[in-house]
Amino acid sequence: MAESHHHHIQPYTHVVAVLVGLLALTGVTVAVSRIELGALNIWIAILIASVKSSLVLLFFMHLKYESRFIRITFLVTIFTLAVLIGFLFWDISFR
Amino acid sequence: MEQQTDTLGKKVGMWLFLYTEVMLFGGLFVIYANYYHRYTEEFIDGGKTLSLFMGTFNTALLLTSSFTVAASIIALRRGTRKVAMTFLGAAILMGLAFLVNKYFEWGDKFAHGIYPGSPELADGPQGLTIFYGLYYTITGLHGLHVVIGLVLLTVCSILIWRGRIHQGKDIVLENSGLYWHLVDLIWIFIFPLFYLIL
Repeated sequence: MAESHHHHIQPYTHVVAVLVGLLALTGVTVAVSRIELGALNIWIAILIASVKSSLVLLFFMHLKYESRFIRITFLVTIFTLAVLIGFLFWDISFR
Repeated sequence: MEQQTDTLGKKVGMWLFLYTEVMLFGGLFVIYANYYHRYTEEFIDGGKTLSLFMGTFNTALLLTSSFTVAASIIALRRGTRKVAMTFLGAAILMGLAFLVNKYFEWGDKFAHGIYPGSPELADGPQGLTIFYGLYYTITGLHGLHVVIGLVLLTVCSILIWRGRIHQGKDIVLENSGLYWHLVDLIWIFIFPLFYLIL
């Protein structure tokens, strides 16, 4: 059966390390949110959230080891979302 | 005649569905962002009424449950069926705990007269009404997805127990896991937007 590649088995240590990283980043984002940094706060929070979600996507959801089709279509989705967000902001800012 | 299973096709199908979910919640986040821009002060006031402890604890619950789901797939692929079911059971318990917390959070808000259409909100600033409207809509829709995810994970547990999902055939578990991770992903963004605004 030519299914060997998708039965990739990650070592437990990988997913444990990812969880530790995620919990640590959660602590960081909570700590930073308690410091008054003005407009920077929300951007840092979103940046940390993006890093956390990348970890979940790459390792828990296996995106790092998935086929090119899945990886590319995922990026297309993110790009579409970025266009939606970006263009709406662009519109709102000039009203 | 032996039927070929198209595992890659089934996985692609699940990912395509997940993309629609990303657009769904992405759209809601866009609404949030635009109203935050317009009513920043009220949004900050609203954010202060949410329990940072509950939000952080719920975040930890979902992150850990995502880990146990990922671990359950590893366990199944290694042939350790009981370990896989234990990990899944842990994920389900954590998901239920998340919903219980949500129940207490919402209940506390209701008790203070904060709910869609309440007279207290109607008397207050417009921006605050919008903040709570978004809070209930987004966390409510997310909560619904948690429920759906828990149903999926429970079905998987039963199928593993009955041997319908096993070492050589685990796409149903993998796809259910993907859905659960998405639920976690969405919460990773909900958390800062509602609980971490100063």
